[in-house]
Amino acid sequence: MSRNRPFTPKVVTANLLREGDVVYLTAAGDWSPDHSAAELLTEAEHANDRLALAEAQPLRVVGAYLADARPGPDGRPEPVHFREGFRATGPSNYAHGKAHEVQ
Amino acid sequence: MYRYDDFDRAFLAERNAQFRAQVARRLDGSLTEDEFKPLRLMNGVYLQLHAYMLRVAIPYGTLSSDQMRVLADLAQRWDKGYGHFTTRQNIQYNWPKLVDIPDMLDRLSDVGLHAIQTSGNTIRNVTADHFAGAAADEVADPRPYAELLRQWSTDHPEFQFLPRKFKIAVTGAPNDRAVTRAHDIGLVLKERDGQLGFEVLVGGGLGRTPMIGKTVRDFLPEADLLPYCEAIVSVYNRLGRRDNKFKARIKITVHETGLDEIRRQVEERFAELRPLFDGTALQVLDDLKAQFAPPAFADSTDAPVVDPLLRSWVDTNTAGHKRADHAIVTVSLKAHGATPGDATAEQMRLMADLAEAHAYGELRISHEQNVILPHVPRAALPALHARLREAGLGTANVGLASDIIACPGMDYCALATARSIPVAQQIAERIDALKIEHEVGHLKIKISGCINACGHHHVGHIGILGLDRAGVENYQITLGGDGSERAAIGERAGPGFAYDAIVPAIERLILAYLDLREGPDDTFLDAYRRLGPAPFKAALYPEEAQDAA
Ligand code: SF4
Repeated sequence: MSRNRPFTPKVVTANLLREGDVVYLTAAGDWSPDHSAAELLTEAEHANDRLALAEAQPLRVVGAYLADARPGPDGRPEPVHFREGFRATGPSNYAHGKAHEVQ
Repeated sequence: MYRYDDFDRAFLAERNAQFRAQVARRLDGSLTEDEFKPLRLMNGVYLQLHAYMLRVAIPYGTLSSDQMRVLADLAQRWDKGYGHFTTRQNIQYNWPKLVDIPDMLDRLSDVGLHAIQTSGNTIRNVTADHFAGAAADEVADPRPYAELLRQWSTDHPEFQFLPRKFKIAVTGAPNDRAVTRAHDIGLVLKERDGQLGFEVLVGGGLGRTPMIGKTVRDFLPEADLLPYCEAIVSVYNRLGRRDNKFKARIKITVHETGLDEIRRQVEERFAELRPLFDGTALQVLDDLKAQFAPPAFADSTDAPVVDPLLRSWVDTNTAGHKRADHAIVTVSLKAHGATPGDATAEQMRLMADLAEAHAYGELRISHEQNVILPHVPRAALPALHARLREAGLGTANVGLASDIIACPGMDYCALATARSIPVAQQIAERIDALKIEHEVGHLKIKISGCINACGHHHVGHIGILGLDRAGVENYQITLGGDGSERAAIGERAGPGFAYDAIVPAIERLILAYLDLREGPDDTFLDAYRRLGPAPFKAALYPEEAQDAA
């Protein structure tokens, strides 16, 4: 495996501490339930800084991590792995997860 | 049914007050998440894929109507209007807010329910035959023993940090409906020379390394139940591997140590422990037996069953009661296309009302994710069926191909590698469209969304395991599993199937079985055992079968 493998872009995601909802860190430093509102992080160092920013908010969010993402057709981030896809849209058996809140 | 005494009530109130304070300290920053996490897990609070999840224990699957109504209240007030009954006879709420959970726990405690030890490396909710106290084939009601085990294991100081979680199942009947052979300890009540006792199985389990439990004691007198179980858990606590999470369950300890050596150590420890147990537990057991005495059954008569829908439902969803004029009714939570095990608050309330009106106020949750009304006078069956049908609860499919066990999978579970719920929904819809399930007969399909096997796929006649293959959902099929007293682990059929290929594969399998069987009494499992995997594999992988021809 090459050491210089290109960095896979990321978003910072977490759950709200009080409510548990899935959220994403925006470029403005807010938390949004909308994956496409997340800041797409294309450099490793910047991604780690943004994760550190999230981890410094233990009273706001829990379980922050970097998830792979890619630019969608409009340049806004979309999930790469199907797990993150489900986190972004909610469960497939009911339309009452985030799916309808986001849309 | 067991009634909480002052001790139970005080214990629960104190525990809930503790947790309320812990949540407050997490929210004001006095506790870090690392400090808080083990505390919330001890109280059944997980952080899942989309939200928190609260898992509430339903001890040995038994509920009163009042308790079921409170489960409905929780769903309505603090969740999204429904709850999910699990394969461990528990209920899970998928959307609670952390800030609300202390109130939810207080509401539960009003009716003697809690979420203690529904997580963590402790002795979990003790499960039992869901027909306990009602089944025609029963030696004795296993629930007094299950309750005794619950009291003994709750907050047991020695067993709060076991190498891994620990699950006990009890049955009082020779037909094993509690999957005792897939538990860390399985207890099978038996009668010998007029005495009640247990065959004790140890080291069963599913998950990554599925194993069938082995008999460590052929007949354990009932009076020795607690010291003997304590001896097993104590030996496991000492020998169990803490160095490797995947080898930490007692099934691996038994496998690596050898059954004879485990037995020797358990008997040695038992000899030490037995004198320490004075007669208190036996007095408690006597008291519990009185509390679990059957209701005052009223005589009933057979109601005429003319309506074909009613006839079909009576045929599939009722089982033999120990009284000929009563029936055990299984309410299917598997309407074709519905999420297995889910019930809305309205449905829960209706079932609570119907249990009160027609079933002496008692309900059960089965590990197969259905609700049981254990004592229904036969004369009440038509009225009961009519009310259930109106509420979408009248599906006549218990024990059939669409009565699928499915874990939450990737739709909810943080550990999942693939979805299970939509696979179950689509299989059930397809089977319904083909109108073949009554012809196919007894067939258990079980689906897990990862190797942890909460959906018991290893013991499904057809098992489905959802995996992540290079970022894509992939489904592996196992065949010939059995969770009954003839327990067997299913064999892997071959390469996995993509998400959009798994339902057609199951359809081919079922249609092949119809061609292969000798008659309607030749069940899928019987045919598989008789014919072996080859003709079933040929149906699953027709191209390979053609290549080989
Ligand atoms: S089997 Fe896996 S996916 Fe399913 S509930 Fe268990 S841990 Fe979650």
